[in-house]
Amino acid sequence: MASENDASSSSSSKKLGEDQVNNNKNLNVLVVDDDPLIRMLHDTYLKHFGLEPQVAENGKKAIDLFRLGTSFDLVLMDKEMPIMNGVEATKALRAMGVTSKIVGVTSRGSPCEMQAFMEAGLNYCFEKPLTLDMITFVLKDFNKGDDDDDDTDN
Amino acid sequence: MERNPLRRQLQIMRKSLFDQGYLDEQFVQLEELQDDSNPNFVEEVVTLYYRDSARLILNLEQALERKPYNFNKLDAYMHQFKGSSSSIGAKKVKAESTLFREYCKSGNGEGCMRCFQQLKKEYATLRKKLEAYFQLARQAGPMETACRPK
Repeated sequence: MASENDASSSSSSKKLGEDQVNNNKNLNVLVVDDDPLIRMLHDTYLKHFGLEPQVAENGKKAIDLFRLGTSFDLVLMDKEMPIMNGVEATKALRAMGVTSKIVGVTSRGSPCEMQAFMEAGLNYCFEKPLTLDMITFVLKDFNKGDDDDDDTDN
Repeated sequence: MERNPLRRQLQIMRKSLFDQGYLDEQFVQLEELQDDSNPNFVEEVVTLYYRDSARLILNLEQALERKPYNFNKLDAYMHQFKGSSSSIGAKKVKAESTLFREYCKSGNGEGCMRCFQQLKKEYATLRKKLEAYFQLARQAGPMETACRPK
């Protein structure tokens, strides 16, 4: 059973993550997933970090948002979706010149499938379900990327 | 040690869910998102899971009534179901989902059917256990922090 140390280290890592994200409160984030449970979870994870994500049910709706001129700094992209899947949507976004960070999220965890998804133009690919640590990692990298990189997201 | 007897009972119940393999680390992730602004988050997520996955269970049942089996379709449904089950930390349900998908890949219809029956049992058992857990949690009042299992 949990020890106080475990609980307090959990609180510390939460605080570290939250501090990390307090730097990112202006980030625009899009969650793309056809599963309402996953959308709710990822939405809550991101809100836990002080972010207010938008959601889209499939790749086509995500692309439509970009076409309407909405810009996102970070996109969490599911792989398997109806109408337009994550691979197709990622390729299409990159072809449109979108330079947002796109993080793939998939239940298909085989190296080949993740590699194929990465090759569509992802920055990272994680196996579902996302964890707070994964989001912390992405957001930390975001800060590092913003420090090193002068490119602007569209 | 928790002095409140209801909370103590709740801790014991929670521990047994992990020790008996019903839940995994992902459930702890959900608990870490629960706070004063979202005090019933875990129960809401689990409720949404059971509501949403009922549709997938029905799809699978209907697909298993049609012969010959469309293993691609069965696999696609189970892929979705497995993803949702993983998201709430439903360890045994997830394991049966994985096994089912292996049977789909090998075209083993009988294996799929047997596995699906077992999956439904695990799914129902977990639901009962979580309902009892959340009911006790409501009686015990809010816990201060999520505790990681041993």
